[in-house]
Amino acid sequence: MGREDAVVKQVVAKYNNDKTRLMDIITDVQHELGCISDDTIRCIASQLQISSVDVEGVVTFYHFFTKTPRGRYTVYLNNSAVALMKGRTAIAKAFEEAAGCRFGSITSDGTIGLYDTSCIGMNDQEPAAIINGVVFTNLTTQKVKDMVAGMKAGKNVQDMVTEFGDGANQSEFIRSMVKNNIMRKGPVLFAPYEMGSSLKAALSKKPEDVIDEIKLGNLRGRGGAGFPTGMKWDFCRKSEGAKKFVVCNADEGEPGTFKDRVILTEIPHMLFEGMAIAGYAVGASEGILYLRAEYQYMKKYLEKILGDMREKNLLGKNILGKGFDFDIRIQMGAGAYVCGEESALIESAEGRRGEPRNRPPFPVQKGYLGYPTTVNNVETFCCVVRIMLEGGEWFKKMGTAQSAGTKLLSVSGDCSNPGIYEVEFGTTVQTLLEMVGGRTAKAVQIGGPSGTCIGKKDFGRRICYDDLATGGSIIIIGPDRDLFEIVHNFMDFFVEESCGWCVPCRAGNVILKERLEKIMSGKASMKDMEELESWCKIIKSMSRCGLGQTSPNPIYTTIQNFRDLYEAKVRKDVDYVTTFDLMAAVQESCKAAGRIPKVEEH
Amino acid sequence: MSTIQFTIDGKQCTAKPGQTIVEAAKQNGVYIPTLCHFEGLKPAGVCRICTVKVGGRNMAACTTPVADGMVVENKTAELEDYRKAIVEMLFVEGNHMCPTCEKSGNCELQALAYRYMMMVPRFPFLFPKRELDASLPKIVIERNRCVQCLRCVRAITAPDGKRIFGIVKRGGHAKINVDRELAQSMSDELAQKAMDLCPVGSILKKEVGFAVPIGKRKFDTKPIGSDIERA
Repeated sequence: MGREDAVVKQVVAKYNNDKTRLMDIITDVQHELGCISDDTIRCIASQLQISSVDVEGVVTFYHFFTKTPRGRYTVYLNNSAVALMKGRTAIAKAFEEAAGCRFGSITSDGTIGLYDTSCIGMNDQEPAAIINGVVFTNLTTQKVKDMVAGMKAGKNVQDMVTEFGDGANQSEFIRSMVKNNIMRKGPVLFAPYEMGSSLKAALSKKPEDVIDEIKLGNLRGRGGAGFPTGMKWDFCRKSEGAKKFVVCNADEGEPGTFKDRVILTEIPHMLFEGMAIAGYAVGASEGILYLRAEYQYMKKYLEKILGDMREKNLLGKNILGKGFDFDIRIQMGAGAYVCGEESALIESAEGRRGEPRNRPPFPVQKGYLGYPTTVNNVETFCCVVRIMLEGGEWFKKMGTAQSAGTKLLSVSGDCSNPGIYEVEFGTTVQTLLEMVGGRTAKAVQIGGPSGTCIGKKDFGRRICYDDLATGGSIIIIGPDRDLFEIVHNFMDFFVEESCGWCVPCRAGNVILKERLEKIMSGKASMKDMEELESWCKIIKSMSRCGLGQTSPNPIYTTIQNFRDLYEAKVRKDVDYVTTFDLMAAVQESCKAAGRIPKVEEH
Repeated sequence: MSTIQFTIDGKQCTAKPGQTIVEAAKQNGVYIPTLCHFEGLKPAGVCRICTVKVGGRNMAACTTPVADGMVVENKTAELEDYRKAIVEMLFVEGNHMCPTCEKSGNCELQALAYRYMMMVPRFPFLFPKRELDASLPKIVIERNRCVQCLRCVRAITAPDGKRIFGIVKRGGHAKINVDRELAQSMSDELAQKAMDLCPVGSILKKEVGFAVPIGKRKFDTKPIGSDIERA
């Protein structure tokens, strides 16, 4: 217990014995000790004066926390559908052969651990992996062999990065091989702008007028749900609270989206400025950037930008001499898709399991630490900055009546130019496909797994809140792909990422996946398919949060839009096919008895 | 405003401000089926069996406060079917063997299955492997039967306020666990309280069994909800 005790004491003291900082405490302790064993859990619990099962609950909730060692080099290989399209299977095999252990385990000497992980936000440069926090993209089997040899030789992970991406990826504070792939710049996000100019404009107005300008621009949340930003801020401003918080949701976890990663890399000052404007508008002096663990590699750089902005008096006390105080801290996540849900994100930022809260109260009433809190998406804050400069009227001229402005799309899959595209709302899928070199697509997944899978007949539909809503993920599925494999990958994802709080999502997604597998195996009847469709409806309507309300969508929308594919898989000659495999069930006893079962008799 | 007026399936009801739909319904003689809900505990909204329709949207009646003029749909054919589906999901998600269970007749899950006249679940059984923990001095935790209602998590605390039960892992792997040290020192009274709170046979007090014989148990003669429902 000696070293463990000392490490825990030191870390807990660093966070002032504050149990709401449990995420940071576990992260730091794991960094020192390699894992959080039962003994370590007890140490942390006793230092914080909380129950050990509360600590264990948090440790076991997040993908990147672990109770057992995961190797001195921990490889997290992305297993998103697009990674599979881009050759992930061969890469995984190369890792296993070179390292000498299977995925989900570590080598016998404890050097290397291989693990799957949900989409890491690199869909435009797959296959990709995170090793000890460092991102490796466009992996090839040769690169894998070289990297594993380096690990076995004890090489520093950062030193294995030999070429760097473009823009700020080359910054001495990032030094990453990640590429931005900015394919289309639009007038809102990637037009020129001078740091501080927007905040200056905002501070010359009354907070209420700032909110009115956002309302005039009809800005809606860019995370995908599309709640009007001005209205959210207004609620937060009018809520009573000794203090208030502004939280930026940078937990970009929807498979296929990576646009926030590019914003955070290239225009983080714009984002932070937007957060300060939000603080001014709602009456908050503290901001939190909740950053997904996968983007840990940018943390030092973002801290540096925050430092620069403090130096320029764009953050801190008495900002620009206007008597307004506002500062931002970064809260790291630890691997949980559900934390993209705003109340789950707040729970997580408070050091708990990322389980969504029951509403009411809403975060704008009782959010972070019980104070009124506005949670907005990375891109939303950047839109705010532009609206302050150009005005709501200007913003509203772009897009459609219900969906003003532009949207940053993350495009990946079967197209010649994957990357990010800033397009006006209302752009049709067909126009987008031509823009990105994806004309041959047979299907497009709009809004990630939780969104909609459409076929050719719907390519004339428009990307906007009132038609095809998306937080930014666009996955293009080429003519030769097996749609079932993609749907299955998405269901795997939801089964893995369900928080488990409510019954329909926890049990329902497992049930849906099993039935999908029955259909894929060719052992299903028409009735099986009809049941599957009706079960999707049950889970969508009975689940507690957005995760369960949308998790059946991969199955549900493909049954609707690609019914012929399902019908081709199911047997029409029978209404019932058992999943019970008699041969498999008696295999062991036959072996023991030395008999060979007569298959033809059954 | 001292009284709230609202309707459930067209029936005029009254409530006090701050009451949840479940509480208000009960007071007006309307039964909305619940499982994770337990009077006196902070509502969790876990099981979703109490889902009702308000203004076209589904919401958990145990966590939603009633509002003046609210129009609540409760016993629609669709909602009743979906509630039954949740009961069925719970049966396939765990391993429930009623005939050998100490809680048979006192079990709320079993009682709901009878209420919904469940013959066999529409979903295939998942037959999960779940751990049984009989190592604690006062209680047995039989996870095969656990529905993760979080009643024990919410209600059972050590004298210093620390939680004895908690949930670990996530999704389909989520399970109830305990702070072993705190659980070791549970009193007989607390063990009994935990068992009584548990809607199913997942938390059992040691050294006593079948104290009340089958046939004389809570739901043996009075179906669940019958104490609330008025015509």
